[in-house]
Amino acid sequence: MDNFYIDTPDFKFQLEHPLMEKIIKLKENNFEDKDKYDYAPVNLKDTIDTYAKTMEIVGDICANVIAPNAESVDKDGGARLVNGHVEYAKGTAENYDALYKAGLIGMALPRKYNGLNFPMVPYVMAAEMVSRADASFTNIWGLQDCAETIREFADEDQKMRYLPRFNKEGATAAMVLTEPDAGSDLQAVQLKAEYDEAKGVWLLNGVKRFITNGDADIALVMARSEPGTSDARGISLFIYDKSSDAVTVRHLEHKLGIIGSPTTELVFKDAPAELLGKRKFGLIKYVMALMNSARLGIGAQSVGIAEAAYREAIKYAAEREQFGSKISQFPQVYELLTNMKAELDGIRALLYETTRYVDVVKTYDDLKNDKGLDKEQRTEMKKYSRMADVFTPLIKLFGSEYANIIAYDSLQIHGGTGFTTDFPIERIYRDARITSIYEGTSQLQVIAAIRGVTTHLFSNVIKEYNDSLDDKYSDYKSKLEKLTNDYNDAVEFVMSKSDTELIDFHSRRLVEMAGNIIITYLLFLDSQRDDKYLKSARVYLRIAESDNEAKKTYIYNFDDSALEEYKID
Amino acid sequence: MKPLKIVVLAKQVPDTRNVGPDAMKPDGTVNRGILPTIFNPDDLHALEFALQVKDKLPGTQVIILTMGPKRAADIVREGYYRGADYGMMVSDRRFGGADTLATSYTLAMTIKKIGDVDMVLAGVQAIDGDTAQTGPQTAEKIDFPQVTYIEELIELGENDITVKRRLDKGVEIVKSPIPVLMTVNGTFDKCRSRNVKKLLKYKHARTNTELSREEDFIKELVEQRPYLHIPEWNVEDIKAEISKIGLAGSPTKVNKVESIVMKVSEAKVLDDSQDSIDLMVGELINAHVIG
Repeated sequence: MDNFYIDTPDFKFQLEHPLMEKIIKLKENNFEDKDKYDYAPVNLKDTIDTYAKTMEIVGDICANVIAPNAESVDKDGGARLVNGHVEYAKGTAENYDALYKAGLIGMALPRKYNGLNFPMVPYVMAAEMVSRADASFTNIWGLQDCAETIREFADEDQKMRYLPRFNKEGATAAMVLTEPDAGSDLQAVQLKAEYDEAKGVWLLNGVKRFITNGDADIALVMARSEPGTSDARGISLFIYDKSSDAVTVRHLEHKLGIIGSPTTELVFKDAPAELLGKRKFGLIKYVMALMNSARLGIGAQSVGIAEAAYREAIKYAAEREQFGSKISQFPQVYELLTNMKAELDGIRALLYETTRYVDVVKTYDDLKNDKGLDKEQRTEMKKYSRMADVFTPLIKLFGSEYANIIAYDSLQIHGGTGFTTDFPIERIYRDARITSIYEGTSQLQVIAAIRGVTTHLFSNVIKEYNDSLDDKYSDYKSKLEKLTNDYNDAVEFVMSKSDTELIDFHSRRLVEMAGNIIITYLLFLDSQRDDKYLKSARVYLRIAESDNEAKKTYIYNFDDSALEEYKID
Repeated sequence: MKPLKIVVLAKQVPDTRNVGPDAMKPDGTVNRGILPTIFNPDDLHALEFALQVKDKLPGTQVIILTMGPKRAADIVREGYYRGADYGMMVSDRRFGGADTLATSYTLAMTIKKIGDVDMVLAGVQAIDGDTAQTGPQTAEKIDFPQVTYIEELIELGENDITVKRRLDKGVEIVKSPIPVLMTVNGTFDKCRSRNVKKLLKYKHARTNTELSREEDFIKELVEQRPYLHIPEWNVEDIKAEISKIGLAGSPTKVNKVESIVMKVSEAKVLDDSQDSIDLMVGELINAHVIG
C-alpha cells in the first residue's frame, strides 16, 4: 500500500534530529499526561514512535485518499457557491472527512482540548505530505493553525468552547484578514467592529476579500474596533462562529491554481463576534503570530509541492525515450534532475530547522506561562526566538521560490506532454505559483528576513553551524568559509553606503546569499547523521558558489549613481 | 434495538498483490518468507461492516479474532487501530497446516468459547488460498444462518438484518435473522483508516509471547493497563479435539501447485478498425460477457 510517510525516509530522519529531545521534554513536561490520557506517550522513545505512527496514518490517507482525489478536485473547478455558502468539491469533502475520522484535526492542541499535544515538527510534516498529495487541500487542513492562535491568546472560557470542536466535530477555520484595499498592507483594514451594549456582543460590518476557506465554522476576523484610527493600533481580532449565520459569501475567485481551495469574498452584516485577547492588539500581536505560523505552513506546502514535482520529473525522465535512450541519460536533463533533488533536500532541511526553532520558542513560551523560566531558559528562549523570526521568512522565501523553480523544471522535462492536462505536472505547476505570493509575497519575506542580515544574526548562526561541522568535511568547510567571508564583506560593503534605499534594493540579494550558505551548511550537517545527503550537499554547494558569486559581482559593480536608473517616475 | 456482540474473523496473509519473481519456490509452493504480510483485504471490508453496525447501534462490541502464528498479533492491533473493542488470537503450533475444514472447526470452537455472539463477519475469501470456504463452513459448525458476498448494509432490524449480495450476474437483497454469519465482499465500503487516538492507545498491546521479548516499559504498561493484553488461546483453551485440527484434521491434500505464465500468443491485438470492433463484440457475445 502506498504511503507518503514511508516512501520518504527524510521524515523519519527529521523526527530523529537531536534537538527533538529538547522539544519533547519541554512539550511533554515529564510525560505527566500519561496517567490522564491513554493515548499520551510515556517516554522519549515512545513519543518519537507516537509521531512516526501518526505520520504513517497521514501518509496513508495522503497516498490513498487525497492524492487520488486531486485531479478531480482541480478539473471539476473546486468548490461551488450555493446560496451564499461554500460547498466543497466532492474530493475535498472526502479528504477532510478522512482526516477528521482519523482524528487528525487539531493535532497540535493540548490533550485537554482533545488534541494530541504535538509540536510543530510532526504537524509541519503532515502539512508537507498533504501538500504533496494536493496542494489546494493543504490550505483547508492547515487552517487548523487558527486553533493555535485561540490557544495562545483567548481566555480559558473561549478555549473550552472553541478548541475541542476542532477534533470532536472536525470544525474548519479561516483567518479573515485581507480586504479589497488591505492586502499586504494590513494596517489599512476597514471592517468595522462596534460593541453593542444592549446585546453585549461585538458586531462586525463590512467586506473581506481573498479569504481562503472563508465559510469556515470558526473564523478569526481582523476588524477596526477603534473608530477614527487609521493604523495598526486601531485593530482588534475577533472570533466569529458560523452558526450565527450573519456572513455571506458573495463571490468565489477564479484562480490559476489551488483550485480546490475556495477563495472567498465575504459580507459581514451585523455579524456577532467575540473579542479575542485584548483590544488593539489584533494586528500588532496576534495576527503577527498567526502570520508567522501560516508562513511556516506555506514553507511546508512549498516543500510538498516540490516533492511532488520532483517525483513526476524523475518518473517521466526514466520512462521517456528519445534518440534511442531514456531522456534521464542526457547531461542537460540529469543536471536538472540532480539540481532539483539538491534544492528539494535543501529547502526541506531549512523547513525542519526553522520548525525546530519555532518549537523551542513555543514550548518555552508555554512553560513561561505555566511555571516561569529560569535565567538560562530565558536566554535560550530569546536566542531561539530571534532565530525563528528570521528563519521563518527565509523558509517561506526559499521554499516557495524553489517550489516554483522545481515545478517549472519538472514541466520542462515533460516537454510538450507536460503542457497538456494529461499529466499532473501542469496542476502542480499552477499550484506552485501562489506560494510566493500569499501569506506575504517573497518581497515581504525579504523585508522580514533582512534583519537577519543587518543584525548579523545569520552570520552568527552560520558561525555556529561551522563550529559543529565535522573536520572530515574540511575541503568543503574551507569553501563554505570563503562563501561566508564573501557574504560578510558584501553586507559590510552595502551597509557602509548608509543608504537605506540601497540596502532595500540589494536586500533580496543579501538575504539569498545568506540563505544559500545556510542551506549548504544544513545539508552538510545532515550528512553527518546520514551520508545519503552528501551528494545534495555537494551539488547545492556548487549552486551556492555560483549564485553568490553572481550576486557579489552585481553588488560590487553597482556604482553609487546606478540606483537612479532603476527608479520609475 | 439492543447492541450486538460481533466477531470479525481476520486473517494475516502474504501480500500476493505485490509479488516479485521469487514469490514461488521452485517446488511451486508460496515462498512466505519473502512476502510481506498484510491484513487480508476482504477481512478489512468485514471489519468496516462491523464498525458500521456499531455506528448504528452504540454499545455494540466488535471483537477481532485471528487464527495464525504468533506474528499475526499485528492483525489484532490493526483491528484496534481502526475501531475494534476487543481482540484475541488462537495460536498454537498444533493448529498449523489446517485446511478450511480444520480452520473452520477451530474458529467455530473459539466463537463458542467467546459465547453469546450475535453476528460473525468475515471477508469472502483470503488472497492466499481464495477458497471462500472458511466463512460458510464456520457458519455450519456454529449453526448460524449464512449470507455471503455482502456488498451493502440495507437495514438493521430488531432481530434481523437486510443486506445486498453481489452475485455473478446481478445483486440479491436478503433478509436474515440474527444471529447470523456473513461474508463481506470486496465491493463493500473500504475500511475506515486508523484513528490516531486509538492507535496511540493500543500500539503497545501485546500477547504474552510478544511481551517476553519486549522492553521493560512496555511490560510495565501492559501490566498496568489490562486492555493492552491480547489473549492468546491454544488447543486446550478452546477445547478442540486434536483429530479435528491442524494437519490431522485436514482432508485436503494438495497434489501439485503450478505457476501459470500467460503467454503472449493467447492475447489477440485488435486495431481500431470497424472490422476489429465487430470481431471483438462478436467474441464478447459468444463468451456471454455481453448481450
